[in-house]
Amino acid sequence: MAELKLKQLQKTYEDGPTVIHGINLDIRDGEFMVFVGPSGCGKTTTLRMIAGLEDISGGELIIGKQVVNDVPAAKRGVAMVFQSYALYPHMTVRENMGFGLRLAKQPKADVEAAVHRAADILQITHLLDRKPKALSGGQRQRVAIGRAIVRKPDVFLFDEPLSNLDASLRIQMRIELAKLHKELATTMVYVTHDQVEAMTLGDRIAVFNGGRIEQVGTPLALYEKPANLFVAGFLGSPRMNFLPSKVAGHGLQLADKAELDIQLPLPDGTPVTIGVRPEHIGLGYEGLAAVVDIVEHLGDTQIAYVRVKDIKDPLAVKLASNHTPPANGSTVRIAITPETCHVFGEDGKVMMPVRREETVLA
Amino acid sequence: MTDITTLPASAATPATRSKTFNYQRWLNRSLHYLVLSALAVITVYPFWWTLVTAVSTAGKVYAFPPALLPTEPGLQNFLEVFQTINVWAFYKNSILISGATVVGTLIICSLAAYPIARMRFAGRNFVFGAIVATMILPSEVNFLINFITVSKLGLTDTISGVVLPNLAGAVGIFLMKQAFEAVPQDLIDAAKVDGANEWEVFWKIMLPLAKPALGALAILTLVSAWNQYIWPSIVMTSVENFPLSVGVSYLKGAFSFKTRLVAAGAVLTVLPILIMFLFTQRYFLRGFEGAVK
Repeated sequence: MAELKLKQLQKTYEDGPTVIHGINLDIRDGEFMVFVGPSGCGKTTTLRMIAGLEDISGGELIIGKQVVNDVPAAKRGVAMVFQSYALYPHMTVRENMGFGLRLAKQPKADVEAAVHRAADILQITHLLDRKPKALSGGQRQRVAIGRAIVRKPDVFLFDEPLSNLDASLRIQMRIELAKLHKELATTMVYVTHDQVEAMTLGDRIAVFNGGRIEQVGTPLALYEKPANLFVAGFLGSPRMNFLPSKVAGHGLQLADKAELDIQLPLPDGTPVTIGVRPEHIGLGYEGLAAVVDIVEHLGDTQIAYVRVKDIKDPLAVKLASNHTPPANGSTVRIAITPETCHVFGEDGKVMMPVRREETVLA
Repeated sequence: MTDITTLPASAATPATRSKTFNYQRWLNRSLHYLVLSALAVITVYPFWWTLVTAVSTAGKVYAFPPALLPTEPGLQNFLEVFQTINVWAFYKNSILISGATVVGTLIICSLAAYPIARMRFAGRNFVFGAIVATMILPSEVNFLINFITVSKLGLTDTISGVVLPNLAGAVGIFLMKQAFEAVPQDLIDAAKVDGANEWEVFWKIMLPLAKPALGALAILTLVSAWNQYIWPSIVMTSVENFPLSVGVSYLKGAFSFKTRLVAAGAVLTVLPILIMFLFTQRYFLRGFEGAVK
């Protein structure tokens, strides 16, 4: 087990762009840290730098108490599970799992014992003599995890390990990974672009964007208190609704001259963005007029997409499954309470309002 | 009410079209087979003629049209070959030369191809370009310089002298490079995280995964080494060191030329390699799949 410190970590490709712009992050011993972000945001590159598969252009990477910038991958005490599983096709499951230990010249009996122990944990003992091509996707993923477990690393690295599995298997493996973390209590760094995986697995989440970390925190903290527009929009499904508005008198003026009682110490006319989660918008007889675009029925819930005058994107409204769905094209009224609103300034960062009163949008 | 038993006029069209299409396909396929059969006849006929000539004990050798079946077949010519030259010694030399060439080529070409395929170094593309450029030159161009080198090294009339200049071929390096490039990067990364150094990645991951290409290269090299005639006849001076391909030329006397005897010798030379190729052609084709993707 070990803690990880990323200090001003930077990656610049030869004659190419800088893709990681000096990130700082402390990952605690035994913590399950999830890197999440859109494609090309630098999360996998950071993971590969931790693994020793990418050179570090600047800053320091510390595993345990040792700076490992120039330490080869094999000597960093890390094990990695790849998106493609990366099982050696010419070796059996047993040989795949024991490969690292055999390279380390461990006695045969020890290798065999370690392989069996890991296979027991993952319930793949009956597959030990098969080749990877004779395994299903889920079994291959278990073997890949098994290969990592066998080496008893200080840090586990997972690079989108579930993205090649079908939906039901992904949920099953997600639960198993969470159990595994509890059982092994080892530091784990997990890269995903799937926010559900991030929210359910991570002790903490680091949200990446454009080679920078936008925010680090517990899943709930990020969901409830996003630091900026990017994090607010990235976490949550459907994503947070953004309503452009401006400071006017004692509140904020929205589209269609509606007002919201949120006071900000800013001059009148200053543009701000109001963020509201779909579950925080009410559908009723009072409030802002909106036209229903479409209603999605998801079984346990319904999502109504409504259009409001002067707001470009439709707003998502989450409704209970027993709510009578509004007809497509009908006019409804939506209500927003100031306490559930997030206000973002022109720079996209969250602003703390001076006073919020329980006022319904009128 | 619509009569569902009557098909609308438009429904008949696909069936008609399908008939026309099938006819065209049949015609295309027939043409394909015709061209392929013609090519097969052109390729196979010389071998067949040699075999017919070798097993026939009577009739005119150069009759026209040539005989398609042997006249009074027998093994007389083959027995005479064994009485005239030391076939077993020539076989032994051919096996040694071919075996050493195959093993050496696999080692040299793999080791040369791996860094070109998987390592980043200055001038990598230039090195590969230079290697590929040598494919333009006919191998005979190298005979003079190779002979001087072999002579200076004191390797004339030795198996090493025949083998060494043939070990590093552009085709082999190209074939192995393509095979190594087809191995997913994740496997190499996984091996490195597992603790493998560069040599272990090459030996334990890359080479086993390049087996089909190694097989194809082995067959290709074996055929070419077994059949080579000019270079061994330049390097070898003692008859007892000759490979079979050179040795059979001794069936041609100074004042007489027994075509049937030479044909029997040619059959004895080609037969082992032909049988081996028939059994291994599947691997040969599989090995080339990666190279022509």
